[in-house]
Amino acid sequence: MKRSIVCRCEDISEEDVIQAIDEGYTDIEELRKKLRIGMGPCQGRVCIQLVARILERKTGKKVAKIQLPTVRPPLVPVSLGTLASENDEK
Amino acid sequence: MRTMKSKVDVVIIGGGVNGCSLAYRLAKKGLDVVVVEKRYLSSGATGACGAGIRQQWSTRENAQLAIQSVKIFERLSKELGQDIEFRQGGYLIAIHDEKEMKQAEKNVAMQRSLGLKVEILKPEEITRIVPILDVKGMRAIGATFCPTDGHANPFRTTFAYADAARKHGAEINTHTTVINVKTAKKAIRAVVTDQGTIQTDVVVNAAGIDSKTIAEMVKVKLPLSPFRKEIMATERLQPLFEAMVISFKDGIYFSQQKEGQIVGGIPIPEEKGGYKTMPTFAFLSHMAQTLTRYGPVLKHVNVLRHWTGFYDVTPDARPILGEVREVKGFIQCSGFSGHGFMISPMVSFLLTELIVEQKTSEDLQSLNLDRFKGKNIEKELSVVG
Repeated sequence: MKRSIVCRCEDISEEDVIQAIDEGYTDIEELRKKLRIGMGPCQGRVCIQLVARILERKTGKKVAKIQLPTVRPPLVPVSLGTLASENDEK
Repeated sequence: MRTMKSKVDVVIIGGGVNGCSLAYRLAKKGLDVVVVEKRYLSSGATGACGAGIRQQWSTRENAQLAIQSVKIFERLSKELGQDIEFRQGGYLIAIHDEKEMKQAEKNVAMQRSLGLKVEILKPEEITRIVPILDVKGMRAIGATFCPTDGHANPFRTTFAYADAARKHGAEINTHTTVINVKTAKKAIRAVVTDQGTIQTDVVVNAAGIDSKTIAEMVKVKLPLSPFRKEIMATERLQPLFEAMVISFKDGIYFSQQKEGQIVGGIPIPEEKGGYKTMPTFAFLSHMAQTLTRYGPVLKHVNVLRHWTGFYDVTPDARPILGEVREVKGFIQCSGFSGHGFMISPMVSFLLTELIVEQKTSEDLQSLNLDRFKGKNIEKELSVVG
């Protein structure tokens, strides 16, 4: 079966997104929590715009009107060791 | 405006896990139910929570609620027809000094009297449960362990409840804001939203930290304070351990979830109550220092993201449930103080008994708003995060 990958981090395809939208998950945050899109190492840089496009196609809501998920620090993966060494423990 | 039902038996304000599970139970009993949610389902405390399900509490009431909730969680995926990713890897609670040991002995005795399987571990037994821990680094003199504690996926649980509720005829309206709650002769009459007005005799206030604002609409004062909490998640790893590790002294908690990521939190240094939402570097730094002290090997693991959520905290860290004396039909379902997800199965069970059969159980009575009028409230001590 042909699969177009939308989210590489979590291995989510266009078909998976369409199915979730058909099930009633029409909010990008709900799709995120349902499918884990945007939760991997890329933090949504690969998938979110694609998902917004699919949402526009399925619901008619313009990409510009679709509210994107909250941006969550630290934006790029940072090791716990690096974060821990920032300050010496008092 | 969307079309919404204009007259129903019950309006539930708040589409978190408690609002959705109650909608499911009430709809299943044949009641006409509408949920109104300001944003999307699980957008508040539910979606930001640490996913843990714990039965080891210091008050008998909380322990009992949690034990009964776990029995419901165990069969919930089957009941709702969707996998909520419930997993019982246990909770390991670190003990750091003699004072904590005394309290732990007291808690374990009480928990065992309720039939819970829970044991006190010697320091050398800790790594048998969670091999990556450094017992010296975490400064532990022991731990308690309950193997039937665990965690589940809060989003999936909420969505599964909502889907099941819809199947039983409930209407769930997201992106719908409550503007006013109308009363007449000290009884609930209607809920006014930005999408229309719904006539009803019963309103359930399950709006998390916004429950206080909702209650003010009918001149009821709730002793709720918002406390900002932060949680972080790492990249996915091979399975390393199954238990949730927590410490009341350090305030830290962390576990490895089904997909492999480590999720955990700790109180933010010098944090005061309030509504601000931006995550802080102070948290990330403090969390990384404490987590790598507990599990030094984790220093190589990458953090992907961290986020903020709110505890709706009451003076005794226990929820406010049931009808308020001042307004007939105004039912509280808030004040969970950080444990709303794990006791949600019993909360919806007790409130369904109240709404459908007008039955007030002893548990429900002890959690009524009225308890704050008395002098002797027993505070829950086993609070983390």
